[in-house]
Amino acid sequence: MALDQSLVGRSYPPTSAYEVGREKIREFAEAVGDRNPAYTDQEAAKALGHPDVIAPPTFVFTITFKAAGMVVQDPQLGLDYSRVVHGDQKFAYTRPVRAGDRLSVTSTIEAIKSMAGNDIMDIRSEVHDESGEHVVTAWMKLVARAAAEEA
Amino acid sequence: MAAKIAHADVEVGTELPAQSFPVTRATLVQYAGASGDFNPIHWNEKFAVGVGLPDVIAHGMFTMAEAVRVVTDWAVDPAAVVEYGVRFTKPVVVPNDDQGALIEVTGKVAALLDDNKVRVDLVAMSAGQKVLGMSRAVVQLG
Repeated sequence: MALDQSLVGRSYPPTSAYEVGREKIREFAEAVGDRNPAYTDQEAAKALGHPDVIAPPTFVFTITFKAAGMVVQDPQLGLDYSRVVHGDQKFAYTRPVRAGDRLSVTSTIEAIKSMAGNDIMDIRSEVHDESGEHVVTAWMKLVARAAAEEA
Repeated sequence: MAAKIAHADVEVGTELPAQSFPVTRATLVQYAGASGDFNPIHWNEKFAVGVGLPDVIAHGMFTMAEAVRVVTDWAVDPAAVVEYGVRFTKPVVVPNDDQGALIEVTGKVAALLDDNKVRVDLVAMSAGQKVLGMSRAVVQLG
């Protein structure tokens, strides 16, 4: 069943603030095995010009993905999440995410397409800090594979 | 924030130091916990096979995180990465043994851009398959 095209352009309310903790960044950096000291050592981060430790480039996905839950669970959209795979992912940074940030995410459905029975949806997530300054934009392409009976 | 590499020191075709990243089932459990992505296809073989996968597969975002390390290690300051995007083309299959899988990443400068930026194109392979497509980072050089 094709997704509702009329939802293209729909934006969802900004999420409540996610506070980025130093130890959460450390946990993520360790999980990907990345020993860059900018992620764990405040002095090393400061030597690079950052006010505190920064997060690895893909860390913010943990926040934007959670926020996108509002979109994929929108009953009007009618997305069967059990058929969804992650197609593409992209980030454009104004500045790195850093410890102490209080980040809010605004998700927008940028496109809905249907190709060969698959539904393809692009979600754009704008991430702003507490002062309203832009930090990063994330684009996620989700592909809902055609259900077996439709294939 | 800019990389420690000077724009004048690179040209189209400049290769970044290649790296290989091992991934085992334990790695995936740790990544699931840190990222909050507990989809069972990344840790439960029975479930993965049940939905048509050959075995447990790595999180696409784990592979994306590993691939960009070739860029951030080269740049020294990770904040030099101003754009980064990938397409997930093939899964990284992670068998339940001592070896797990290996993600092999190479990168080279593909274009010189304005404002001392360059585009780096990455290639990520696992078990002879290209696991990321259109894997590109825009990097702010000094």
